[in-house]
Amino acid sequence: MMYRQLSIMLLCLGASTCSLAGSTRIAVAANFTAPMEAITHAFEEQTGHTVSVSFGSSGKLFAQVQNGAPFDAFLSADTAKPEALVNAGLAIKESRFTYAVGTLALYGGDSTDAKRLLESGDYNKLAIANPRLAPYGAAAMETLQALGVADSAASKLVTGENISQTWQFVFTGNADIGFIALSQIIKGGTPPTGAWVVPGQLHSPIHQDAVLLERGKDNPASQSLLDFLKGDTAREIIQRYGYATVQP
Amino acid sequence: MLFSDADITAIWLTTKLAFVVTLLLLVIGTPIAWWLANSNSRWKSPVNALVALPIVLPPSVLGFYLLIFMGPKGPLGELISTLGLGTLPFTFSGLVVASVIYSLPFVVQPIQNAIEALGKRPFEVAATLRAGPWDRFWTVLLPQARPGFLTAAVLGFAHTVGEFGVVLMIGGNIPGETQVVSVRIYDHVEALDYGSAHALAFTMVAFSFVVLLALYTLNPRAGFTTAIK
Repeated sequence: MMYRQLSIMLLCLGASTCSLAGSTRIAVAANFTAPMEAITHAFEEQTGHTVSVSFGSSGKLFAQVQNGAPFDAFLSADTAKPEALVNAGLAIKESRFTYAVGTLALYGGDSTDAKRLLESGDYNKLAIANPRLAPYGAAAMETLQALGVADSAASKLVTGENISQTWQFVFTGNADIGFIALSQIIKGGTPPTGAWVVPGQLHSPIHQDAVLLERGKDNPASQSLLDFLKGDTAREIIQRYGYATVQP
Repeated sequence: MLFSDADITAIWLTTKLAFVVTLLLLVIGTPIAWWLANSNSRWKSPVNALVALPIVLPPSVLGFYLLIFMGPKGPLGELISTLGLGTLPFTFSGLVVASVIYSLPFVVQPIQNAIEALGKRPFEVAATLRAGPWDRFWTVLLPQARPGFLTAAVLGFAHTVGEFGVVLMIGGNIPGETQVVSVRIYDHVEALDYGSAHALAFTMVAFSFVVLLALYTLNPRAGFTTAIK
């Protein structure tokens, strides 16, 4: 990695073609951390561009972009924030697309039949992401409604600020079960035993949209990364990490 | 309306938490401060360092370990579960325990400094006048070290009100139970509801300023130079 960056730099010193290898800085929703690292790696290998990625909650990244943060593109965990940036004139309308569709999973450890436990009501706490902030949280609430257990679960809900914290509550055993992102627990393309992968028809789809920001519109590396995200290599990585993709 | 019902619930909960924690801290912190001020034990430095840890540790570290230790698989969690009290994360009691640990140095250190500044002499004089230990505590220590206690109480209260990271990590954001003002502000910001965030955040700034103003007016020499060594 270091060597490659160094060699690119050396190449640039000697050649006038160094505009081919650019760099871009992007903001990415925290739930997409693992696949994004793999995608960035593949992208850098293939194109020679370098990518610097800042992970954070979509709300915080949104506020930072609004206040002049130096990002070329934004991969949100929802559709509302990219849309709001377009409306505010900070992002390019035509560039917006759904790069991943989140899959919700109920999980409480490998030895727990999570769905049966939820339906029996025999658990201490049910962790969800804050429905007001996180699309995974809103989807969890809709799933509880669809299963008809929303009332019995109401007094046992604990909410994480985002899906990572929700997973933390389950992982430390403080909540017996929790609605988290399948991407957090999937290993090598298969969900762990005991997990319940929530069927998509039980809740509204968790579309995650990406958008090119005003700042990155003249940067070929930024556009190239967004194109790469739509391609087969990236889509294969995205699916391996437990997300679905839609035809752009 | 400036505040929603949920905002008011959060303000009330934060105030309640700060009062309970400040009271507990004065009760727990005073004997620790007394011992630290008077002891020549070789344990003095380690205890001093332990008490001061929350000043330098990021709340994420403290919150993370509290979540593990107080959780059902953690030592404290197992102990408390055995006593039939349930587990602490996601409860008001859990926030109290966490806040007491988190704000301990802000209460111990001003009291400790005040006692050290007094020296041993007033107590020896009182003892020769046949004042017993309790008598010496109430009639010598408390009145003489009053500015130190005042600084301790105000800093403990204000620091608990201003707590965020630890509560975020172990609270679970339950309205009326663990959703304090700072977490509520964070939620408003994350939900892009900047208007509500401003209302609460500005209140917080005004409150903190008034508290510190009162502290410095009543006790002009107070401050972090004396509070934190």
